[in-house]
Order: sequence, then C-alpha cells, then structure tokens
Amino acid sequence: MQNDVIMAGFGGQGVLLIGKMLAYAGMHQGKEVSWLPSYGPEMRGGTANCTVVISDRPVGSPVIQCPRAVVAMNLPSMEKFEPDIKPGGLLLVNSSLINKEPSRKDITILKVPANDIANEIGNPKGANMVILGAYLGATKAVELAEMEKLVEETFAHKPKVVEANIKALRLGYELGEGAKMKKGAA
Amino acid sequence: MAETVFCRPEALAKVHTHYCPGCTHGVIHRIVAEVVDELGVRERTIGIAPVGCSVLAYDYFTTDFQEASHGRAPAVATGIKRARPDLVVFSYQGDGDLASIGMGEIIHCANRGEKITVIFVNNAIYGMTGGQMAPTTLQGQVATTCPMGRDVALAGYPIRISELLSTLRTPAFIARASVHTPLMAVNAKAMIRRAFEYQIANACFSLVEVLSTCPTNWGIPPVEAAAWLEANMIPYYPLGIFKVPEKEDRAAKPMGA
Amino acid sequence: MAKKLMKGSEAIGEAAVQAGCKLFFGYPITPQNEIPEYMSHRLPQVGGTFVQAESEVAASNMIYGAAGSGERVFTSSSSPGISLMQEAISYIAGAELPVVLVNIMRAGPGLGGILPSQADYFQATKGGGHGDYRLLVLAPWSVQEAADLVQDAFDLADYYRNPVMVLGDGLIGQMMEPCEFKEGRVPCKPLPPKTWAATGCKGDRPTNIINSLYLDAKELEDHNQKLVAKYEAMKKDEVRFAEFNTGEKADLLIVAYGTVARVCVTAIEDLKAEGIAVSMVRPITLFPYPYEKVKEEAQKAKAVLVVELSTGQMIEDVRLAVEGRRPVHFYGRQGGMLISPEEIVAKAKSILAEAPAPPLKRETKREARNG
Repeated sequence: MQNDVIMAGFGGQGVLLIGKMLAYAGMHQGKEVSWLPSYGPEMRGGTANCTVVISDRPVGSPVIQCPRAVVAMNLPSMEKFEPDIKPGGLLLVNSSLINKEPSRKDITILKVPANDIANEIGNPKGANMVILGAYLGATKAVELAEMEKLVEETFAHKPKVVEANIKALRLGYELGEGAKMKKGAA
Repeated sequence: MAETVFCRPEALAKVHTHYCPGCTHGVIHRIVAEVVDELGVRERTIGIAPVGCSVLAYDYFTTDFQEASHGRAPAVATGIKRARPDLVVFSYQGDGDLASIGMGEIIHCANRGEKITVIFVNNAIYGMTGGQMAPTTLQGQVATTCPMGRDVALAGYPIRISELLSTLRTPAFIARASVHTPLMAVNAKAMIRRAFEYQIANACFSLVEVLSTCPTNWGIPPVEAAAWLEANMIPYYPLGIFKVPEKEDRAAKPMGA
Repeated sequence: MAKKLMKGSEAIGEAAVQAGCKLFFGYPITPQNEIPEYMSHRLPQVGGTFVQAESEVAASNMIYGAAGSGERVFTSSSSPGISLMQEAISYIAGAELPVVLVNIMRAGPGLGGILPSQADYFQATKGGGHGDYRLLVLAPWSVQEAADLVQDAFDLADYYRNPVMVLGDGLIGQMMEPCEFKEGRVPCKPLPPKTWAATGCKGDRPTNIINSLYLDAKELEDHNQKLVAKYEAMKKDEVRFAEFNTGEKADLLIVAYGTVARVCVTAIEDLKAEGIAVSMVRPITLFPYPYEKVKEEAQKAKAVLVVELSTGQMIEDVRLAVEGRRPVHFYGRQGGMLISPEEIVAKAKSILAEAPAPPLKRETKREARNG
C-alpha cells in the first residue's frame, strides 16, 4: 500500500510545511516515508512543490512522475501537475484561488475552498491545514488523530495556533471524507 | 673551561642545504630556528613548506613539517591551527608562492586573523623554476619572461605585500626586514621573534617579509647581489613595521562611526 | 537516538559529528549548502570549528592541513567545487592522509546546472586529480544510508590513511527521510593510533613530515607501489553492494547506484507484476567496484541494463565486469532530468523484445558445425 502526493502552490502558502507534516505523521505511524522538495531558482517567486511518499514498504523512487494525488493550491500548480496524475487518482483544487475547471475526466476532483474556510474560522494562514485535512479525509494516508498530535507538537509554544489549525484540519477532513472517489482512486 | 658562544640551533637540522652560494635563505632559516629555540616551542612547532626554492625546508628544521601545494601554505596552516590551536604554526613562502599563485590564500588567512606566523621571503624573482618574472620583480628588472625588463605597462607594478596586507582591518603584525648585512639580520630576527610571540600569545596573524638575494637568477656575484638589494629593493620595499595589533586601525572609518 | 525525519544534507553533517569529526572547512555551492550551514551551528555545540574558506581550493588545503595534525576532518561540495579541490585531493592521497569528502553531484560539464546528476563517476573513481591514486568511493541511496556511510567513511579513511569520498546526488542532499543514529556505534575498522601525524616533535621521536614529494625516482616508485598495495587491500576487503530480486535466473539485470537504484526498484516491481523477472545489483562502493558480483548476476540474465544520471560512465565498469558475455544496454538522463520508473519499464521491455537468446556455448556451436 502506497500513498504518494505532489503538493504545490506559491511560495509562502505552506505547501512544503504540510508535506513535511504528512511525512512526519506517516513516520510516527510506523510507515516508510520520503519528502522531496523541488529546489533551485524555481523556489523563488514561482511555484514551490514537494513530493511525499508514504508506504508500508521501503520507499522505492522518491521521485514520482505520475502521482496518485496532487494538491494544487494555485492555478499554475494545477496546470503543471494535473496532466501527470495517475488515471483514477485524486486532484485537490484550492477553489478559493483557482477559478478554472480541471479538464481530466478520469480522476477524482475535490474542490476545497481552503482560503475561504480558513478565513471563516479566523485562521487566514490555515488554508494549507484545510487542504491537508481534505487530503487525509479522502485518502486516509495517515490517521487524523496522528496529524492532530503532530500539530500539537509542532505549535506547542502557540496554543491558539494549535486550536485554530486543528479546527482547519477537521473541517478539511470532513470535506475530504465526503468526496465521492472514482473507482480505483488512490 | 671553554664556553660555547655560538652553535647550531637545535631546531636547525645538521645537514647541508641545497641553496646557492650567496642566497640568504640559509640565514633566514637560521633566524627562524634560533627564535623557535629561544621561545622553547620546538616540540610544538609545525612548519609549512611551500613550492619554490624552499620546498625542502622540512629537511632543514627539526620540527614537524607539512608540505603544501603551490601557494596554499596559509590554507594548510589554517587547517592545522584550527585543528590544534595549541601548536605553533609557521609557513615559509617565497614571492611566487605567496604573492602570485597564493595571493587569495594569504589575504584571507590574514583577514581571518589566523594565529599563525608567515615568513615571506621576497627575492623579486622565481628561483626554483629558473629566473622568471615574479609579482615582486622590480620595474625594469630583467627576468627570463621579461627579457627587456619588467614593463609596468604590461605587467603592472611590483606588488608590495606588507603594505597591501596592512590595509586589512583585522589586527595583525606585519613587518618588512632584510638580512643582507649582519645588522639587518639582527633586526630581522627581532621582528621574527616578535611575530612568533604574537602567535604564542594568541594575539593575531603575523607576517614578516624578508628581502632576500638571488645571485644565481639575478646573474650577479653574491657580494654584488647584497649591494643590488640595498640599492634597488629597499627604496621600493622600505623596511619597518607596518602594522601592530595594539594600534588602532588607520583605515577610514565608516560613516557615522 | 530516536528516528528523526532529516534532510539528507543535515543527516550527512550530523553523521560527521557523530563520527567524532569536529572540523569542517568548506565553501558554499548549490545543492549542498545545507551541509556547511548545518556544520556552522552544530560544530560549536560540540567544541568544534567551522571555517568558511575563501574558495574550494583553500578549503581543500585546509582539510589537508587539519588531517596532517591527525584530527578527523571533512568537507563537502558539489561538482564544480570538487573540480577545484582536485589539487589538494591528489596531495592528500599522496601524503596518505585520512579525510572525508562529500560530493553532492550536480549536472555538468562546466557550470552546468544545479539539479541532480551522476556525471562525476569518472572523476571520483578514476582519479580526478593528477598522479596514480584512488579514492575509496561510497554511494548512498537513502538518507539513512548516507548517514551510515559517512560514519563508515571516517573509519575507512583512518584505517587506510586515504581520502574517502561519499558520492551522492542532489536528491540525497535535498530529500527528507527517517534517519536514526544508533547509540554506541562500533567503528567499522580498527583504528590504529596516528603516530604519523605532525603534532610537534617531542623528545627523541624523529620528525613527522607530511609530504608527497619524492625527488628520487626509485623512492617514488616504492611509494606508488605502497599505495597500490593499499588499493589492492581495499579491493579485497571493502567491496560493498546490495542486490535486489536476484535468484536463479532473470530476464534482465539492472545495474544502478545511488538514488537511481531506488527508481529501478520501483520499475522492477512494476515489471514483476507483468511477469518479467528483473534483478538488480547496486554497487555501494564505486571504488573498489563489485566486478565479481556484477559478472555473476549478468550470467544469470539475458541482458544487462545500466541506468545512470549521466551519458554513461559506470557502464564502462559494468562492461569490464561482464566481459562481453552479455549485451550491455544503457539508459540515462542528463542535465538534471530525472529518470522515472515508467521510462525504465519501457526500456527494459524494448531490450527484451529485441534480446537474442544467450550466446550458444562453444561446444554447442562446434556440434552444430559438425552436424
């Protein structure tokens, strides 16, 4: 059993962070994990992305050309990675910032108004947590409880942030759980 | 009872050197060895030999030594001193080694304020390779790669290392000496001793530039070589102390300072 | 220590600290800047010293100096920087000093690019600098293995008094994976006291001179032969490799090292699902090279495929190992382009589609002629 995902967005949207959190939580749950960032000039100004693999067996390739899932936090990310998703895979679209419709018909598309939800609960920086929650809800790549524990540890010195981020995670998770997965989806 | 008033320093090996007649490397070696003895640090001194005429310096001292590649002695010395700050580390370098290929290493070593001592022997020519132009070759001086004499329009002016390094803000002891007369040699020894003392006190980087003769490649007899040095080199390379760590920096202060 | 999710670069730095290295001299270059950055804050915590040198030329000569004093020392760089270090590396090998070098390879030649590559295989394994010398070269495929090999590298360097290079690529440096440093690690080689070090000549001990200059031809030849004996001992005792899916027979043998081998594992599993048996040998030491193992596994397969992030460098050693007994194919990407499992699957299938039966045995041929 392997879950792999490319998480992409503008620098500053926190995609590298949620990728790391996903890998950490996977490791804490006893899984084999890898986290690979894109690096180089692309890091500045353009899109940032990372690839996370969570597996029951030692991770083979940490480079995933055709991921089982893509988290697109902005339009350039969706345009770049949508074509690569494995048939039957999952695309999470941050519909707060992406107005364009995805074109693939052979994948599950889950629209998450991540920024709107984050703003509504007074945690405007928490859009990445919302979409991470949605990814977990849709894939069960790691348990929500494990991720909540990690949020508590990561932001231990800021109790308010813990609370706000867990709220964001849970709202995203509910959205993700409710998604109707296409047959054979990751 | 007879009393020994003059003998070979313990830090100097009992061997004949390969240096040419009239070359002052031997005098400079002896001065360094005497200072090492007098300061009682022979057993914790590491020398760095360069590439150039003094490449075999490790055979002429009775201290541990490490041979550096061309120009890199200050980097090698940095490595040793940082690994073992308790050791006394000196590099012994010529003008091609230090002022040409090793210019980057010496400037940055001095600028980091490495607590090492550099003995910089300036004879205004490449000796070992056979008399080519050095960065310190004087204007108009003939060398095998400037047979018409150094043309400053093509090769620039000879580099004054002591003056150049003295512009660095980092505290240091920088001095220039000569050994072409006994009195000069006595003065040179005082400077070299002071340089080692600064190192032992963990005070600063220290460098003594020593003007030296090269009768073979200058193409003149030894006695004339000493006179040539005095007449031609000292006017361009004045002797003296250029920088001491105790003195406030002479450089222009930044605005608002 | 518990498992931690660590970036490869940080794991490499921490491994050096765990191995008792307290000295780092280096110069910034992408994609390995996280190593000097890590060392610059970590070494002071353990009473060590970090120096940012003015160039790779200087940095490599600083490690030459520090190693001469008998202390454990290391540096890291990436391809163009490693080229600048070749002078000192040759001197270090000539003077028989233990140092550890990490090369996080980027694409070349020249300034090239900053993305992952394996194009420094020749430089690392066949010399790099001038003169007859070898580096012991270790190639990790994961963050954990990078950490383990860096620690072993210090032991191997001390034991053989030889520079050891850990050769990784940009992926190893940038990737995060779980990594663990076990308490009470035992050195992988016995560590004799460094009586040769230049540490000050006390009492009657003859002076220790760290040097690679031998003006007498016979003396230098003797020195060369001494080095050769050392390299032969490495060939005998230090060959390391990993194998995957090896058995009685295979349709294809893949030979790959470093992170590329992980991509191959994924491809091999995909091929297995389609009923195609592919085995793999992954050299862990690139010098000494596992010629025997590659030869053995090649003979069980119909053909051999070498996969590299270069235009084909290790393939020359594979050809030497295979001795012409099997066709040796190549798949490589360059410039920082990565190889995907799908590309390897496709290449393997195309090879097997055209692969002739293994060459007939000589007897069979003769019988055929006689018949």
